[in-house]
Amino acid sequence: MDILAHLKTLVAAPGLSAYEAPIRDLIREAWAPLTNEIGGDNLGSLWATKHGAGKAPRKKIMLAAHMDAIGLMVKRVYQGFLWVTEIGGVDARVMPGQPVLVHGKETLPGVVASTPPHLLTPADRDKAVKLDDLMIDVGLPADRVAELVRVGDLVSFGQPAFEMNDWLVAKSLDNRASVAAVTACLDVLQGRQHTWDVVAVATAQEEETLGGAFTSAFSLNPDLAIAIDVTFASGPGLPEHKTFSLGDGPTLGWGPNLHPKLHKAILDVAAKSEIPCRVEVMPMHSGTDAYAIQVSREGIPTAVIGLPLKHMHTPVEVVSLKDITRAGRLMAEFIARLNDDFLASLALD
Amino acid sequence: MKPLIKKLVESYGPSGHEDQIRDLIRGEIKGLADYVTVDPLGNLIAVIKKKSKSGRKVMLAAHMDEIGVMVTHVDSKGFARFVPIGGVYATTCLGGRVRFADGTLGVIGIEDRKINSPSLDQMFIDVGATGVGDCPVRVGDAAGFYRPFEEVGSRLVAKSMDDRIGCAVLVEVMRALKRTPHEVQFAFTVQEEVGTRGAGPSAFGLEPDLALAVDVTLTGDTPKANKMAVSLGAGAAIKVRDSGMLADPRIVALLEQRAAEARLPAQREVLEGGSTDARSIQIARAGVPAGCVSIPCRHIHTPSEMVDLRDVEGAVSLILQTLEKPIEL
Amino acid sequence: MARKPAKPAKPAKLKKPAKQSAKPRKAAPAPATPQEEASLELLRKLSETVAVSGDEGPVRRLILETIKDLADEVKVDTLGNVFAIKPGPARAPRVMVAAHMDEVGFMIVGVDGDGLLKFEAVGGLDDRILLGKPVWIGESKVPGVIGMKPIHLVKNAERESVVKIDSLRIDVGATSRDSAGRLVRPGDRATFATPFTYLGPTARGKALDNRAGCATLVEILRGARSAYPVELICAFTVQEEVGLRGARVAGFAAKPDAAIVLDTTQANDLPAPDEEDENFKYNTRLGQGPAIYTQDGSTLHDRRLIKHLTAIAESKGIPYQFRQPGGGGTDAGAIQRTRAGVPTVSVSTPARYIHSPGALMSIDDYRNAARLVRAALENWDGKVLRR
Repeated sequence: MDILAHLKTLVAAPGLSAYEAPIRDLIREAWAPLTNEIGGDNLGSLWATKHGAGKAPRKKIMLAAHMDAIGLMVKRVYQGFLWVTEIGGVDARVMPGQPVLVHGKETLPGVVASTPPHLLTPADRDKAVKLDDLMIDVGLPADRVAELVRVGDLVSFGQPAFEMNDWLVAKSLDNRASVAAVTACLDVLQGRQHTWDVVAVATAQEEETLGGAFTSAFSLNPDLAIAIDVTFASGPGLPEHKTFSLGDGPTLGWGPNLHPKLHKAILDVAAKSEIPCRVEVMPMHSGTDAYAIQVSREGIPTAVIGLPLKHMHTPVEVVSLKDITRAGRLMAEFIARLNDDFLASLALD
Repeated sequence: MKPLIKKLVESYGPSGHEDQIRDLIRGEIKGLADYVTVDPLGNLIAVIKKKSKSGRKVMLAAHMDEIGVMVTHVDSKGFARFVPIGGVYATTCLGGRVRFADGTLGVIGIEDRKINSPSLDQMFIDVGATGVGDCPVRVGDAAGFYRPFEEVGSRLVAKSMDDRIGCAVLVEVMRALKRTPHEVQFAFTVQEEVGTRGAGPSAFGLEPDLALAVDVTLTGDTPKANKMAVSLGAGAAIKVRDSGMLADPRIVALLEQRAAEARLPAQREVLEGGSTDARSIQIARAGVPAGCVSIPCRHIHTPSEMVDLRDVEGAVSLILQTLEKPIEL
Repeated sequence: MARKPAKPAKPAKLKKPAKQSAKPRKAAPAPATPQEEASLELLRKLSETVAVSGDEGPVRRLILETIKDLADEVKVDTLGNVFAIKPGPARAPRVMVAAHMDEVGFMIVGVDGDGLLKFEAVGGLDDRILLGKPVWIGESKVPGVIGMKPIHLVKNAERESVVKIDSLRIDVGATSRDSAGRLVRPGDRATFATPFTYLGPTARGKALDNRAGCATLVEILRGARSAYPVELICAFTVQEEVGLRGARVAGFAAKPDAAIVLDTTQANDLPAPDEEDENFKYNTRLGQGPAIYTQDGSTLHDRRLIKHLTAIAESKGIPYQFRQPGGGGTDAGAIQRTRAGVPTVSVSTPARYIHSPGALMSIDDYRNAARLVRAALENWDGKVLRR
């Protein structure tokens, strides 16, 4: 499976929170041939189930990777320019000068306005950029803009992806990289026996409300869940203990949001399969779909697998492809070892 | 609709203390539903049962509770200190009047009138007492703001348009609904102002196929307002997004279609800084496709919230249009 | 260079503090029954157990051992909540009484090359309370200390600023990463190291929030022997301090008709900064009885249950107070919103200095909390939830 090609397709699609249709279609295309059943929830999450070989009723593990991406939404159209609000967490400071795509009646390329230095006072240059001050210019006359763009239309980052040695630079690697990891897992499982059912879930609206995680977990009621999301890569000025180098394997979360025995079991599998895997301490919450899944119904044992990512929530996120394939393999190896006794082994006391 | 609106907005009912407003609404909807019930948290539920096999279960939610204040301490001179119930701005409180459940009236005073940015803990409620002994209010007592309903042309002004106007819309829909293939679940919810707390549990109980909240939204048409494309008098607003949720795009499209068919003016709404019951309903249970029909409103969370009657009537018509026809998402 | 210490804030009644001794004193303020003594001994053990949110194992095991003969059914769920169930008469209402087992504390997040440990807070902690305090790490209570620069070496300007937690380190007496690694690992939890003691009629200990609630819940469970007219589900919950997490799933599983949450709340009944003014932000006051909630940051408590508790307190002569509305939160916030909603109320024992190395609690208040809730359960009938 060509993970790089697959990932490049995924990051090219918009698919902002609540408007995931374009990315959902692409993921369905990729997952359908690898699974037995396709389904979804009321918020637009996509489920693909690969049946296990065990006798029915089989235990079920949910792999959750959110498919929605951050971006912007038009809140006002005025004199041919667009004012925007965020979808998900957008740091306004990264926006001036960025290329964007405005998804109106047509898809319009645009740019986020910026003031040239010649026109700025020293005081201006010390003021942080605010979302409210951003304007998007699509280069068209005002009456044409009024015909093509409305309040509520979406704006996605327009930065094209490119490779940098072993790494991929693109927008929306948060969290399409994890979706690719799930695809990689399903791919490995084509050649492995497993007892449990595996439900790959591309959740909707994680960046806004964790909505898809809440509703998918409630509907599926899995026995175990692993959320895969990106985590912070190391960089200048960033705390060492919270950040991880690219290319040295995925991370595995430890803290109240994660089941301690499930964590140990996955770590064991990593060691046995010689997949480098680092512990990521999460003192309070994981900041992922796992936060919603863990407290669904009567509680679900959850784990979080992290893919180190540089410059999170900018149009130039960076990920290592090796980490993605390793994460996929780790999940597949763990799933292959699941048997009927596993849940009993998780009992806390 | 004006007499109904006046009755509802002038009624007492801060979050957690909705008994009086619930009884009032219950009286107004008598005989209009197939059954009426009150759920464990106090939400008032009225259901018109489904008539056709292809009908859906449609939940309409408007919250009964209003913002208010709660007494934290009565000092030795009989002045009551308080905390807010819901989003109360300090700047709207000075010289304001509040009313407790038993009708006791109080005035909000402040320690130092010349403070630039007052905070609520510098204020107190004066009920005319002289000490703890003759003070009719105690720790834990809750009050709503007190202002009479007024008409200003086609505009209506009152405290608690948020969200008694939504409740009025629901009652009016119930009164005017002639025929519908759907089961319609009218939920007059509690505790929205403190975090949309009543709506999720009510949706859990009702298990709707889709839901519409009916609540107020801000406008962008006052001096130096937020850059928001909603104006008073330009029609009911169809919510695309607010700070708590993204409306289901299929519901946005459905509402727009019904508005166009009935030639109703409607505005697309993106609201920053506020949300509605829809956000809790959306993630209840296995999830509910949710949206919101909003009533544009100026000066929200002050005692003089202003709506335009044409927008209110437009919201009623839009909801009726949507209920009277099939719904395919 | 010794300096005169700042004047400590004095409580309204000046009492000579009891000398802190290594062994816990048996002294209780009024003659205690053997049951009351046993309850305080349980409170001591609970207080001295290290069990931070997400790692409740040590206190869970202590509670399981304590309650094993007190309920018809005892269960532990996926998150580690403990349920103890006592059935009631047929068609009796189901009442859930909950108390959270977890405490605020720290997680070790990294080991420096010089053997010092980086740590982060788990739950709400003020950075300023951390300086110069001893800690226990893990179930085995490896001793450590949160050090601080000696005052002699601190520049004047520094003394005006707050030292943030990410500049602090825990010292376990190791001098290298390897030697530290033999004692602790990233992911281990830690708490303040405070032995439980008595100061006259007051108990001092860490984690009284909410080990006091847990000990009270054990008393409630013990009271079920005399048959409450309800089906009783006692839930010792996890992870309250990091988002009411355990209570949410416990409420969903239990499906109660009503719930009472036992917690511990701040008594801020110190003199006002300007001594002429009244302190009107005391939250609760020590010695005035268990505190019934009306509104906090997480919940508008059910008015019917507030009425039931106050009526019971009045008729049985049990001292009680109202917690001042505003701020904070308890498991009630989660339980109230489970499924189709659950009428809920919280009752807390007041304690000064919660979320610090040692909180102070009145033993009378502690006893009266159990008395009040037991009486409320014993006198439960169909009228309680009537509108």
